[in-house]
Formats: sequence, structure tokens, C-alpha cells
Amino acid sequence: MDKDFNFENALKELEKTVETLEKGDMPLNESIEVYKKGITLAKDCSDYLENAKQKISEIKNGEE
Amino acid sequence: MPESISVKQLNLYVKSLLESDKKLNFVSVYGEISNFKNHYASGHLYFTVKDKDAAIRCVMFSSAAKNITFEPKDGTKVIISGRVSVYEKDGQYQFYVTSMTEYGEGELSKQFKLTKEKLEKEGLFAEESKRTPIKFPKKIAVITSKTGAAVHDICSTLQKRWPVCEIVLCPVLVQGENAPLSMINALDTVYGLDGIDTIIIGRGGGASEDLSAFNDESLARKIYESPVPVISGVGHETDFTICDFVSDIRAATPTAAAILASVDINDIKLQLDKNDTRLNNAINSTFERLTLKLNALKTSRALSDSLFVLEQKMQTVLHHRQNLCSLINKTYEKNENDLKRSIALLDGLSPLKTLKRGYAIALKEEKTVKSVKDINKSDKLSLKFADGSAECEVINVKGEF
Repeated sequence: MDKDFNFENALKELEKTVETLEKGDMPLNESIEVYKKGITLAKDCSDYLENAKQKISEIKNGEE
Repeated sequence: MPESISVKQLNLYVKSLLESDKKLNFVSVYGEISNFKNHYASGHLYFTVKDKDAAIRCVMFSSAAKNITFEPKDGTKVIISGRVSVYEKDGQYQFYVTSMTEYGEGELSKQFKLTKEKLEKEGLFAEESKRTPIKFPKKIAVITSKTGAAVHDICSTLQKRWPVCEIVLCPVLVQGENAPLSMINALDTVYGLDGIDTIIIGRGGGASEDLSAFNDESLARKIYESPVPVISGVGHETDFTICDFVSDIRAATPTAAAILASVDINDIKLQLDKNDTRLNNAINSTFERLTLKLNALKTSRALSDSLFVLEQKMQTVLHHRQNLCSLINKTYEKNENDLKRSIALLDGLSPLKTLKRGYAIALKEEKTVKSVKDINKSDKLSLKFADGSAECEVINVKGEF
């Protein structure tokens, strides 16, 4: 996945997509496009969480 | 042998001796509290103040106790002021405390108040300048002691809740003379790092923990400079430091600070699942809606109207057909009548009927003879009667009757 993947934006976009689709005032082919986009976003978000492994680094402060 | 007196008389005598002493009437003593008992019903406090060699029983009545600015407990070092007297009922001499301050912290607490007021006036604690930490942090800097429980509490909490983020540990001194500078330097380092979303600064609590480093004015100013939200988690729930006031968020403990800096990954996964379900429901209901629409169209007015028109046309056709039929019938009937009439007429004209009346038809070579000019003498003629015929020979021909 993209290193600069912005989870917050992706999640917001996903929620917007869901709302758009729920309004359901689009032609069918457009609905399907929006649905596809939503599924992709949901997968990206999910992958981001699943692949998360906490990294701990330590910086030297020179005081301790 | 002196005259014997009652116990009460003795105790009252000692009491009067002590109370007549000017020094004992108002005295200050320092020591450490032990056997602390709060008599909640009356509000009176009973305790012992001791040092390593001696102890004295103390009582502090509720009228005086309500002015205490800290929470006295066993081990608290205090300065008590009041008078010394005897409680005649048990012959114990004791300290009647009228005021009590924390020993050694008086100066510190005065300094704390001054710093707090000063920074507050300058607007360093203003609500408007408080920021909310980013919801899904990628990188969190943790400034605390490398050895305390706090670093473990913070890391394990973040690991559990939001393992997505990277933790940048910044070990510092949290106690002692050099602690404020150590933390200021750490903050400077962190401010220079890329991609830090939130900073957690703090240390664990404990009865003997010294939190004074977190009341340092320079540290407070450095925290205020932070380009990203700072969450402080210093000591216990009841401890407040200048650091708490100046930070964007004050957490009660280091663990609480880690919680406030993160979200629970399980909640977010749930939220994703919900969105997934909603997406599928939405597309399914779109399909359902379109199917319904299609069905509705099939039975719509427009279509049923065409059917109606078609039916009307059918009826017109049927009507025409009926008209046509009756017309045909009428024509037929008329024709039939005409025919009958014709037949009757024909019947009247029939030669047979004429023959029956006594006439005969003369035929010459199978042809009707209509004029005497057509026949000659000796021609063979056949005469037809109504009931038969006769063969004849012309004897004579005459013109006119």
C-alpha cells in the first residue's frame, strides 16, 4: 500500500461514498461505480489496520 | 505522707500547670503524621506527630480541620501549631492543633501558585489555544523516564489500542534538579522531528513521587510552543501540575494519556464493517428499487393506456364486422326476396303453364317456330303439348289469319 496512505481521509471518503450510495439517486451504472470505489476504500482501510505492526524507536536525549 | 487527692484533681492540676505556661500556649512543631484517623461523624482529626525519637498525640477539631489545604495522611511531613494540654479523662497530654501545613512544601506550593497565576495571566492556559489530537496518529512521541512504570503503561496501551502508530521514545529525567532542562531538551528534539502527530509527557504517581519538575515555568513555556498537541499524564488523578494546565489535554495518569492519544482499533474495525454492510445494503436496495420500478413500469398507465387503445380498436373492428355482417345479411335477404319474386314471375311466364292452357309449341329441327315464314310445305314439325308431343307434316302454308 501507498506509504502516504492517509487513513483518516480514506475513512472519511468511505463514509461519504456510503452516504452517496445510500441516497440512491444515481443511474445504475454510476451506482455500481460508486459501490466499486467504496469497496476499494474499505479494503484499503482494512488492509492498513491489518498490516499494522507497532514500531518503537528511541531517540537519544543526552540527559540520561 | 501528703494528703491524698482524686485522679481527676491530679490531672486538672497538671493541666492547669501546662496551660499556665506561655510557651506551651502557642507552639509550632514539625514532624511526620502517623496513626491518622479522621473521625468523619464529628470532623475531628486524631493523629500522632512523630520524628525518629519521639511522638506526641494530636487532636484537631473540625473547626480548625476545615481550613487544611492538603490531604493529611500517614507519612505526611507537617508543621502543626497550637497549644499543649492534658486530657484529664485519660491523663494523656496532647497537642491541640489549630493549624497545620505541609512541611517543606510550603515554599514550593507558594511558588506553584505564583507560576500558575503568572502563566494564566499570559494566556498559556487559555481554552481557545487547546488543540484536539489527531484521531488516527501515525507517530506519537513519548517523553518520560526510561525506568518508570509510565513508559510501559503508555507503550502497552498504545500497542493494544492503536498498533498502527509508531512510538518515538524520548527518555528523560523526571525528578531532581536537572529534570526540567532534560525535558525541555527532549521537547526541542521532538519539535525538530518530522511527522510527529502527538506528544505525551508524564510520569507515574506514588506517595513519595516528586512531581515538582513538572511545575517548572520554563518547561511550561516550552510545552506551550509545541507545534502539535501535547497530552500530559503526570502522577495520579489528584495531582495537578503546571504541565497539566499548559498542555492541550490533561490526562489523570500516563495510561489515560495514551488512551486520549489514540483510538481503539477494534472500534474502527467495527466502523469499517458497518460501512461495508451499508455499502452492500445500498447497492442491493438500488437493485431492488430498480426491479420494483421495472415491474411498476410494466403495469404503468402509459403501457396500459396503449392496451386500452388497442382494445378500443378491437371493438371498432368488431363493430365494423357486425355492421358488415348485418349488411351482408340484409343484402342477402333482399336478394333472396328478389329471387323469389323473380321465380314467381318466371313461373308465370313458364311455357308449360301456357301449354297447360291448351297451347302447343311447334319445333322445326329442335327450334321453336315463331313465324310461318320459317316453314315450308312438307316440313316435318314436332308439336309439344303439356303432356307429350306429336310428329307432323306441313300440308299447306298460309300467311295471316
